[in-house]
Amino acid sequence: MFDFSKNFFELFGLPVGFPVDNAELASRYRELQKVVHPDRFAAAGAQSQRLSLQGATMVNEAYDTLRDPLKRAQYLLALQAVDGPQRTLDDPAFLMQQMELREALDAVRSAADPQTSLDTLLRDVATMIRDQVAQLAVQFEDGGDEQLAAAAQTVQKMQFLNKLRAEAEALEAELEEAL
Amino acid sequence: MALLQIAEPGLAAAPHEHRLAAGIDLGTTNSLVATVRSGVAETLPDADGRHTLPSVVRYTAGGVEVGESARLAASGDPLNTIASAKRLIGRGVADVKSIGEELPYEFVSGDSAVPRIRTLAGDVTPVEVSAEILKVLGGRAQQTLGGELAGVVITVPAYFDDAQRQATKDAARLAGLHVYRLLNEPTAAAVAYGLDRGADGVHAIYDLGGGTFDVSILRLHNGVFEVMATGGDTALGGDDFDAAVAGWLLQQASLGIDADRGTLRHALDMARAAKEALTDATAVDVQLTLPQGGTWHGELTRERLAELIDPLVRKTITTCRRVIRDAGVSTDDIEDVVMVGGSTRGLRVRERVAELFGREPLVDIDPDRVVAIGAALQADVLAGNKPDDDMLLLDVNPLSLGIETMGGLTEKIIPRNTTIPVARAQEFTTFKDGQSAMAVHVVQGERELVADCRSLARFELHGIPPMVAGAARIRVTFAVDADGLLHVEAREQTSGVSASVEVKPSYGLTDDEITGMLQASIDHAGKDMDVRRLVEEKVEAQRVIEALSAALANDADELLDAAERARVDAALQRLVAVAESSQSAADVEAAIKQLERDCEFYVERRMNSGIRKAMAGHRVDEFSEENGSSAD
Repeated sequence: MFDFSKNFFELFGLPVGFPVDNAELASRYRELQKVVHPDRFAAAGAQSQRLSLQGATMVNEAYDTLRDPLKRAQYLLALQAVDGPQRTLDDPAFLMQQMELREALDAVRSAADPQTSLDTLLRDVATMIRDQVAQLAVQFEDGGDEQLAAAAQTVQKMQFLNKLRAEAEALEAELEEAL
Repeated sequence: MALLQIAEPGLAAAPHEHRLAAGIDLGTTNSLVATVRSGVAETLPDADGRHTLPSVVRYTAGGVEVGESARLAASGDPLNTIASAKRLIGRGVADVKSIGEELPYEFVSGDSAVPRIRTLAGDVTPVEVSAEILKVLGGRAQQTLGGELAGVVITVPAYFDDAQRQATKDAARLAGLHVYRLLNEPTAAAVAYGLDRGADGVHAIYDLGGGTFDVSILRLHNGVFEVMATGGDTALGGDDFDAAVAGWLLQQASLGIDADRGTLRHALDMARAAKEALTDATAVDVQLTLPQGGTWHGELTRERLAELIDPLVRKTITTCRRVIRDAGVSTDDIEDVVMVGGSTRGLRVRERVAELFGREPLVDIDPDRVVAIGAALQADVLAGNKPDDDMLLLDVNPLSLGIETMGGLTEKIIPRNTTIPVARAQEFTTFKDGQSAMAVHVVQGERELVADCRSLARFELHGIPPMVAGAARIRVTFAVDADGLLHVEAREQTSGVSASVEVKPSYGLTDDEITGMLQASIDHAGKDMDVRRLVEEKVEAQRVIEALSAALANDADELLDAAERARVDAALQRLVAVAESSQSAADVEAAIKQLERDCEFYVERRMNSGIRKAMAGHRVDEFSEENGSSAD
């Protein structure tokens, strides 16, 4: 097998950690694909082609994971074996806020100006996601057991927020296409 | 034969031989072939100096006609003249029935999932029709270049689904062409433009052909073309504009759309001519020869044309908006909009596109040739003729891929616009105690309900050991390769019992059918299947020998010690000997496999060394010392 026992950070020659420079990541991604991509082996033997396909697939997977803060956090937790049995999210205030946001999303269609209500909602969600990402940076920086457990909770919050954002964006697409 | 010309292993490899490669734009209306000669990519003309080959194939009792002569015969012999194979390729019988109402052909329903058209020369599939066009273009390239083609790049609409891609590859196989890669048409156009301009940044490609529409947003950076999002409609193009205009003509002439086939064809021809004339004129005279005798005269203005085609143009604009959103950019971020495809000559189309993107679209390269030129440039790189070239294309899958779950719902496994190649897995479980088999239904599309998506394939996983409901863990893995083709595998995890299935699309030809068609064409040519296989294996052996010799010359000193080098050389020598003397395809094939096993360690080492070099100069060492422990 291809020596891809490396973790995604090692593959990209980056230190294992939460902060990632996106421009640097993108540039390393392109350099890696220039080496492993199947187009580099189009005239080679079947074996090289197979290997290259596996390599390029893994590089794509790694890039997809590292450039997304939520996936990157989940991957870091898995690397540090903090998956375990998922504890349920224990933050009543956050859950209450989520319910309110969902209600706001449901109300968009019947609002006087749906586009503006939706814009406001999307902006609020974006701010909350930024806050969670900042939290994750602090928690991973610390790296202690307690902080990693807290990071696992932050990841759950991110999942809520990302799902909400996806639904809000789907609604935005629907509204635009109805124009 | 060429096999004997390779360098003696251990000596410096022979200077790299230039491989002949071509790019083929297999279009709905017209097709072209292009190649790179002396560093310049250009489309190749036929003996009469014509570059475009009408994608029309006529079957007569005497044989097969392809191109202009077939096109001219279309209205006189509509049943035997196939002009829209690209609209039918990779489609099922039911799909074809819905499109087929507008098409004059006589479809035969056989036991195969692939529709067949009845002609004077027998029943033919759209794959075979496309193969005839590819044969002509491949032949033109070989004649012009004076040698066998090592490989070709064939373009397909970015929005082609898995079955349509597989069918296109099958057509190439029937035509005897080695396909380096299927390339998405808008990406090919970007290559043609990008290399001319060296312009880094975000670009949009709007590609409206005769029968298909695509739009792609790409980021170009240091020779790497990264497709960010793509979208389109594989059944929308200039032909639909013609149909809209023809409908209006018939109505004005007090004829119904239920007129006879000859009249319909005539109205379509008139419509197309009028549409094209309106690119320069503001109004044109139109006339129709009436079936009951006499001629109807009228006038078509630019305004009326715009009115007739606007609903269709609006559909493309809506798709553009979605793709821009999917790419995560705004129109301000997009530096250029490139127009591709003959239908972008229409002024109304240019107007609406300019309005959306807030800038005038680029039309510098002949929109009919740009795709073929991009394909030729890519073919030249893939053939290995430009080893120092940095160009790399990173494309995406255009449609989400998933499987059917309980209740007829779709579970997406690979979302649309994911960079390929990609592999994703998801686990499923049984819903009944003791369930020993599971049906896997693979679908493609964006909708929630399976019924609204396109069915790609069905297969069953058998031999699941008896367990209580929900205990089995069935891992379904989707892998999309660099051609955009899907492979699906299902495995039961807990028991160690595994079964995997290679999926062929529901609407594809089976391997047996293709072998049968190949056999038939070879019988026809009076050749022997075994001889053909032997030649193919020897060509493959030559490819492997060349590639390995080049690799050894390049980095063996660095990566292999003397003993290893001797082992690799000996293995290489064994294949050279078998390929020279053997008369058995199976022996050559076995020798290739053996060499690959013997050199596996070296191939892996090379790729890893390549990765190390790519990351050299970065903080690799620093990382392994300081941060290595945190990964444990």
